[in-house]
Order: sequence, then C-alpha cells, then structure tokens
Amino acid sequence: MTAPVTAGAAARTGNPPRGAARRRRKRGTSSWAVRAPLLPALVFVIAVTQLPFVATLVLSLFDWNAFHPGGRRFIGLDNYAAVLGDTAVRDAVVTTTVLTASVVAAALVLGLALALLLDRRFPGRALVRTMLITPFLLVPVAAALLWKHLLLNPEYGLLNGALTWAARLVGDGDAPQPDWISTAPLIAVGTALVWQWTPFMMLIVLAGLRSRSPESMEAARMDGASEAQIFRYLTLPHLRRYLELGALLGSVHIVQNFDAVFTITSGSLGTANLPYTVYQIFYQAHEYGQASAAGVLVVLGSLVIAAVALRVVSSLLRGEASRG
Amino acid sequence: MASAVAAGLLAGCAGAGGAASSPRGGAVDVLMVNNPQMVELRKLTAAHFTKDTGIEVNFTTLPENDVRDKAGQDFANQAGQYDVATISNFEVPFYARNGWLRPLDPYAAEDSTFDRADLLDPVRRSLTADDGRLYGVPFYGESSFLMYRKDVFAEKGLTMPAHPTWHQVADLAAAVDGARKGMRGICLRGQPGWGEVIAPLTTVVNTFGGTWFTKDWQARLTAPEFVRATEFYVRLVREHGEKGAAQSGYAECLNGVVQGRAAMWYDATAAAGPLEAAGSPVKGRIGYAPAPVERTASSGWLYTWAWGLQKASRNPDKAWKFISWASGKEYEALVGREAGWAGVPAGKRASTYESRPYRQAAAAFWDVTRASIAATDPWRPGTQPRPAPGIQFVGIPEFSDLGTKVSREISAAIAGRQSVATSLRKSQKMAERIGERYRSR
Repeated sequence: MTAPVTAGAAARTGNPPRGAARRRRKRGTSSWAVRAPLLPALVFVIAVTQLPFVATLVLSLFDWNAFHPGGRRFIGLDNYAAVLGDTAVRDAVVTTTVLTASVVAAALVLGLALALLLDRRFPGRALVRTMLITPFLLVPVAAALLWKHLLLNPEYGLLNGALTWAARLVGDGDAPQPDWISTAPLIAVGTALVWQWTPFMMLIVLAGLRSRSPESMEAARMDGASEAQIFRYLTLPHLRRYLELGALLGSVHIVQNFDAVFTITSGSLGTANLPYTVYQIFYQAHEYGQASAAGVLVVLGSLVIAAVALRVVSSLLRGEASRG
Repeated sequence: MASAVAAGLLAGCAGAGGAASSPRGGAVDVLMVNNPQMVELRKLTAAHFTKDTGIEVNFTTLPENDVRDKAGQDFANQAGQYDVATISNFEVPFYARNGWLRPLDPYAAEDSTFDRADLLDPVRRSLTADDGRLYGVPFYGESSFLMYRKDVFAEKGLTMPAHPTWHQVADLAAAVDGARKGMRGICLRGQPGWGEVIAPLTTVVNTFGGTWFTKDWQARLTAPEFVRATEFYVRLVREHGEKGAAQSGYAECLNGVVQGRAAMWYDATAAAGPLEAAGSPVKGRIGYAPAPVERTASSGWLYTWAWGLQKASRNPDKAWKFISWASGKEYEALVGREAGWAGVPAGKRASTYESRPYRQAAAAFWDVTRASIAATDPWRPGTQPRPAPGIQFVGIPEFSDLGTKVSREISAAIAGRQSVATSLRKSQKMAERIGERYRSR
C-alpha cells in the first residue's frame, strides 16, 4: 500500500528528467508488488495447461507406437499428413459438425419453448422447473446408458413398450418394434444429447426472460399489442444475446462429447465424432504420435471457431455495458 | 481433450507414471475386468487374503475394452500404476516381447502351494512367450460352445446333434424362433469391438475355411470362404438373432438368455457359470454342445484371463502372493463354499475337473468345457497355416485396432446399413496395410 504513495512523492520532487526515469522504475516495481501474489497462480495455470500442450506438439512430430517401443523416431509433419489423409478423421469432422449443430439448434428451440412456459405463473412451478433441470445434472455416461437400455432397447425399452401398450389399447398389441439405434444411430445419439442439454439452454433463456423490462411489456399491452407481437418485436430481440450465449457454450461442450457416442453405438454406424476418433487412435491403435497430431488439429480447429465465437460474446458484453 | 491425451503422454515421457500408487505403500494395485468371477474375487479378497497375509489389495474394475486400453497404456509406459492386471493370451506374446512383464516361472517354481503342473496345457502354452517362459498365470480359461434351451427344444420335438454344424444350427434357429413369446432363435454378438463381434465371427470364418491372413501375410478378407462365413453369420443374426443386434455384446446376450429372450446362444464357456448360478431363472434348463463346425473338427476359441505382473511393479513379491492365491486350488474351493461351485473360475486347472463337488455343480457343462479347451490349437485354428497364433483373433498388437475397425463395418452390415460385400471390401483394404507392414519386415 505504501508504494503508490512514494511514487506520488517522487513525482512531486520536480527534477523532471531523472524524476521521470525514477518514476517509471518506481511504477514498474510498484505494479509488480501488486502482481506478485498472483504469480504462483499464473505459473500454475501455465504449467497445467500450456506445458502438456507443448508436449503434445512435440510428440506429434514423432512416429511412436506403444507396441513398438524400439521404433520411436522423429518424422516431422508426417503424422499430420496421415491424420488429414485418414478418411475416418475426415468423416469424424463431418459427423461432429452435423451432431453439434443439430443438437445445439434443437436444444435451443426446446429450451426456449420450455422457458416461455416456465415464465408463467402456475401452481407447482418450482417442482416442474426442478424436474426439467434434472437431465442436465445426470452424469453424461449414465444418461447415455439410460437412453441405450431403458428407452431405446428394442426388446425391453420404454419406447417399444409404449408402442405395444398403445397397440393393446386398440387391438391385439402387435405394434411395430423398430430397432431405433440401428436404424437411426446419429439421431439416437443426438436425441440423448438434446435431452441432456435442453435444460441448460432453458436456464439461460429463463434468465433472459426475467431481465425483460416489465414497463415496456406493460406499455406494449396498453397499446394493444397481441402476445405474438410482443414476443416477435420485444421478447425475441431481447433474447437474442442469450440465445447466442447458449449456442456458444452448448457448442463448446457438445463438440467435446464422448460419452454418448462411446456408450450408445461404440462409434459405429457413422457416429464416430472427433473425440471418439482421437480416443480410437490413441487407445486402440496405440499411435501416440498420430493421436497427438489429431489432438493438435482439433485444438486448432476449435481455436478458429472459438475466436469467432468470442468476438460474438465480447460484442454481447459490450452491449451489456452500453445498456448499463 | 488434446491436453488429456498429452497429460497421459507426458506421464509416459517422463517415465514416472500417473503415480496413483496406493496410500499405503505395501498395497497391491490390481486392474481387472468386471466379469462376475472377478467381482466375486473382489468380494472375497479382504475377508480372506488380506486377513491371512496382511496385504492390502486395491482393485480397479472396468469393462473389457477399457481394461485393455488402460493396461496397454500403463504397461507400455511402465508407469507402474498397477502391479497386476488381467491380460489375456492375446497380449502376452507381445507384452513379453516388449519387456513389459516379469517372467513368472521363478515364482511358480518356488511356490509349493501353486502346483504349476496342474495348469491345463493349451492354456499354459498360450501364456508362454517365444522365449519359453511363462508370463501370465491364468485366473480362468474358456473356450466357446453352443448353449440351448433343452426345455424349448423338447417342446418343439427338436434334438441338438452331439456335434452340430453351423447349417444345422441355422435350421434349428429357424425352428425355435418364436417358440415362446418374445423368444428369438439365437443370440450372437453384433456389438463393435475386436473382443465382441469379431471373436465369434472369426471362429465361424475359421471353420468355413477362411482366415484373416495367409502364412505370408496376404490379407484374405474378400476370399470366398471369409465372405461366405460372414454372410452366413450376418444373415443368421438378422433373421433369427436378437433385436438390436448391432449393439448387443456378451453382456446383452447373457441378459437375453437369462430372461428367456433367446433359445440358443453361441458364446464363451464361461457364460455357463452365471446361467447355472443360484437364482438364475434358466438354471437347469440349458443344454451344452460343442462349438458348431463346418470344415474343421472343432471350432471353439481359446481365451484366458490371466494375471500379468508389470515389470515396473514396486511390490512384485506381494503381487505374486496375490496371484498365487487368486489362481490357486484353495481359492476355487473357497468360491465353491462361499458362492456355489458353478461360479468357480474354472478352465485352467486339471484338478478342478477332478473335484466331486465341481462335477456335481457343473454337471451340465464341465465335460463339454474341458473337451472344448483341450481341442484348441492356436497355431492351427482353421484349414491353413497361420502367420501368428490366435483362434478368435490374430496375435499381433495391430489387431486391436484392425479388429475394431473391421467390427464397425460388420456391425453396420448387421444393422442393415450396408452389404456384407461392402463391409469386407473396406476391411480388406485395412488388413492389406497391416499385411504389407509385416511382409516388409
């Protein structure tokens, strides 16, 4: 706390040229005095986030298969060529993109709808809200297992059971029993993810709805605007930044999803996404070099997308500031 | 995710493992598959082994695929996170060649209670590496056979031949399909994974006269025999197999048979234990026949879950004590008393099949099991010489990746999303790359 005071005192002593130099030096040391306590944290963050990445970069330049420990050698960018030339990886990029985009879109629409419903007052609202949030609190792998066995299994799953039950109501109980996962594997994985991520979107949109200005809503109603018009011209523009935020955060998480693909389809039937493919290269092919190269490429791709996304979010934040 | 990969690698680089060594220095860390026999072992360890020896054992139990991945990683890096892991006769040859395992002959020779000569020959040989030393001690061994519902067959007036052929089995599957409400003719694995769908499928390929590779590493996945076998398997499971076959593995089939949703099941002999266990609704209703054949005399696979002792282990002597106890005759008797003789980890010792209580408990299947294991020959599983040992797999490290990739294509064919011809054409290309690598060595 004394440092700024002495700096100020030094500034008042006149003698500009030398004083200025000293002042610069003083200010330097004083600001470091403030930063010093944070240094360990910074070092720690760098150690646990950047060093492993640097190691990955180094490893990605080596031909290293765990089962041939003697054959480790430097091969430059060959791993990158191998990964980019691997049809499995290219398919995984497409799968990841399709899966992420469709899951985020569906979860957003559903989340918006649920949030609008929950925004009204009705008895038992708190209970309903809790029940709606529950899927998001489940462990991802448990949610995936739940979908694979309890819901989608063609022999004892709830869906086919419900079909049989419905058929019994009208006739002999001979309902079609589709094999959901085999006929629509990507949709099965996507549905499980939508179910998990809808509550997340709902919460964000709900926060947005709560922050609408009641005066303007009131005014719109006084002017005779219909509910649809209020939604279209007041609520939706206001919610835009919340929807963007939901889409961004959701995408970041869903791109990385591994549990659903691993559990429901074991990555078969064209559902292998990028995380699963990297896992496959690392754990089953034991190609450490190639897996590192794939990991680096995934990070680079994510960085490009994140840069764009962050620009969107920072405009959000600026918007917030200007409104405040 | 990339950083997670990196963290794992970093550990490997530094040569110091994830160092998840137990809080108590002297404990033995064991990584094992979550099969029923291992779950039982976990239950009995503290009350018996730890009580008698004072040695703590920390277990990590995971599904088969995950155990393989984790063990492969830990042993490859010699990270020493686990002293002992369940490895199989698939891994032993190349784990040993890479110097990741301790040879166990010296321990076995010194251990008077262990009785090495009692181990079944094919099982012991499959855990012996090129240098003639033993690198794994079997916990249980298995072959494969055909299980069928005797009661359902009797109702339908059908008899299972003493040595069925695959075509007879296909006809029987058609005949018993729908014998009871919700009962399918047969259950066959279809879930992707080289240890899932590929295992039974490869035994079918063997007996149809096909092979993954010729003696000089030519890939043969599009050869007529391989195609015929695969088409047969896929057609059988699509027409009379369980629903959702493309996601059904060993565990799903076991559930299906126990709950009466399949009249037949071709799978591991180890499945007889849970089927005949106390409380199983199908106990006493299952008949057992040798693995179906076409062009060979027998077609059962050989598989054993065995204890491998990591070279980097910090307590090899304590680890051996645990191995010797878990794979000993005493332990089998203990399981017999505590959990019933049907659940004994069998298929590794000749003495198991001599014991009266075991013969009584396993009356339905002990003989077929022993005969199936005795008939196996990992070097001549089919109609032609092979470049590497293995019946339901090819004994090379690359097979875990190749088999898994091929299994996905086969699964897609089982799901009806592509033809068998397309699956095998894609698979042949992958196998050719591996073959080239070995030819150029």
